[in-house]
Amino acid sequence: MAANSTLVDVARTAEPRPARPGPRRRYLGRRLGHHVILILISAAFLVPFVVMITTAFKTPDDIFSVPPRLLPQRWVLDNFPAAVQSMPFLRYLLNTALLVLLNVAGTLVSCPLVAYGLAKLHWRGRSVIFFTVLATMMLPAQVTFIPLYLLWDRVGAVGTFWPLIIPAFFGTPFYIFLLRQFFAGVPDSLREAGLIDGASELRIYLQLVLPQAKPAIATVAIFQFVATWTDFLLPLIYLNSEERYTLSIGLYSFFGQHGVEWGPLMAACLIFTVPALAIFVVAQRYFVQGIAVTGMK
Amino acid sequence: MPDPATVRAGRGRRPGTRAGFAFSTPWIIGFCVFMAGPIGISLYYSFTEFNLFQEPRWVGLANYAALFDDQKFVRSVLNTAFLAVVGVPLGLALALLVALALNFPVRGQPLYRAVVYLPAIVPVVTATYLWRWVFNAQYGYFNQLLDKVGLPQPNWLADLAWTKPAVLIITWWGIGGTAVIYLAALQQVPQQLYEAAAVDGANGWRRFWHVTWPALTPVTLFQLIMGLIAAVQIFAPTYLLTQSRGNAAGGGPGDSLLTYTMYLFHNAFVFLRMGQAAAMAWILFLVIGLLTLVILISSKRWVHYGSE
Repeated sequence: MAANSTLVDVARTAEPRPARPGPRRRYLGRRLGHHVILILISAAFLVPFVVMITTAFKTPDDIFSVPPRLLPQRWVLDNFPAAVQSMPFLRYLLNTALLVLLNVAGTLVSCPLVAYGLAKLHWRGRSVIFFTVLATMMLPAQVTFIPLYLLWDRVGAVGTFWPLIIPAFFGTPFYIFLLRQFFAGVPDSLREAGLIDGASELRIYLQLVLPQAKPAIATVAIFQFVATWTDFLLPLIYLNSEERYTLSIGLYSFFGQHGVEWGPLMAACLIFTVPALAIFVVAQRYFVQGIAVTGMK
Repeated sequence: MPDPATVRAGRGRRPGTRAGFAFSTPWIIGFCVFMAGPIGISLYYSFTEFNLFQEPRWVGLANYAALFDDQKFVRSVLNTAFLAVVGVPLGLALALLVALALNFPVRGQPLYRAVVYLPAIVPVVTATYLWRWVFNAQYGYFNQLLDKVGLPQPNWLADLAWTKPAVLIITWWGIGGTAVIYLAALQQVPQQLYEAAAVDGANGWRRFWHVTWPALTPVTLFQLIMGLIAAVQIFAPTYLLTQSRGNAAGGGPGDSLLTYTMYLFHNAFVFLRMGQAAAMAWILFLVIGLLTLVILISSKRWVHYGSE
């Protein structure tokens, strides 16, 4: 058959093809091609980033040059003090840091606890509770934010940090799910050994299981860090006075009546991005792990 | 000495029932107070008219009916549908292409992977303001690049034909997470399958279509569902692109950037039409559920779960 014979032909020529450019040269050529493709892709992802950095170091004349240039004619630092002084930058930064700290703490108290109970303890109602976790993982925030806003309004907490902190202490479905998957892989013998020694379930959890779960917990802590650090919607809804603003809300003050101060804005953006980047660089391993886990299951 | 496990079991309950419940207490409370309760209440609100200051007044289905006569509502649905239907599949395809490149057997792969993932870490506010600058018609660098390669240079954020493509570019800048997930899946395709395909004489494209792609379909299903759910809720990029002083309810040129959740937000917090907003929230809720269901049903025809 014609189709079959071409397949065979391909098979025959695919492997030891006669040495035209030489196998070693071909190998090098292909490797070079791979690098060129990867460098082009990297450039596409990096260029906007480079624009942010170079704009932050440009003079106003440079920023508004026609045609636009990627690199500054003259590198200056002026935009950074301008950024920090033109708004209560420090206050916004402290507010953001406080929210991050408390949200990470809340998540680490609640999520592993619930996840462990769902993964390792056998009890009536467990599957029902686990189902509620799965079902709410996809719940759009918009469905609940109106009643929640009214609830917080009723207790006089709109405008304070409480609506942005308290929910973390009651668990986030996504993290509970992620940690449950991890705990499911911890051997039962650990808990049984603890039971034989007469330890309570809480002590087994705190002293035997949690130390085993460091990588998973680190993953969740990093996710929560970045999520709170970059959050925009909740601060937008709940924080209505400037002394409570987070950085994500405060950056808008660079959009003035008479145009945007791009230099200071990009400098502030850079300062805002660096902590998220730093944690990414330090903990890249956990990021990749966490992303892979969440993607696969 | 009695075995502690039997002592516990001897109390009449199954071992660990009380403990299990205790461990889950935070979630059970959180679920009731922050999720189940508000979901129910928002359904009730969707049948009422109220504005935060007065008690809700029952109006039946009037909120739902009014929405479909509302030009802006229809506009927001169409805008969002465009971003989801065009943006998500193309975004997945791009992420897959990037992942295939990242999977090349070259040195420095972790570095390339980190670079691709980098924009996904950038706070959405920063990213959007940055793109507002990059897309600037006069001083932005994007059009400068287009000029260099001889392409037309649209006024991205002011021309209503180009605002949505601009949003797609911004969201595609952040596909690193999806690419990394695809990369992990690619690395798990059993090597024997490729060897078998090579023995059968399959070339690059056939190898991809008959070996790689089937192995990637479960991940694609997951990414498609998550991507669509995120896309129909897109808020921050469009909100930040259209943000302007003195106009709290902006929608970009010709309302071309008014997305569904933006209009929901305007209804709730700018116009204080809470009932209307709750109705929109519930429509969104149902659409997301339905979408997920349809994709899951269709997945039986295109998703392959390997025997391993």
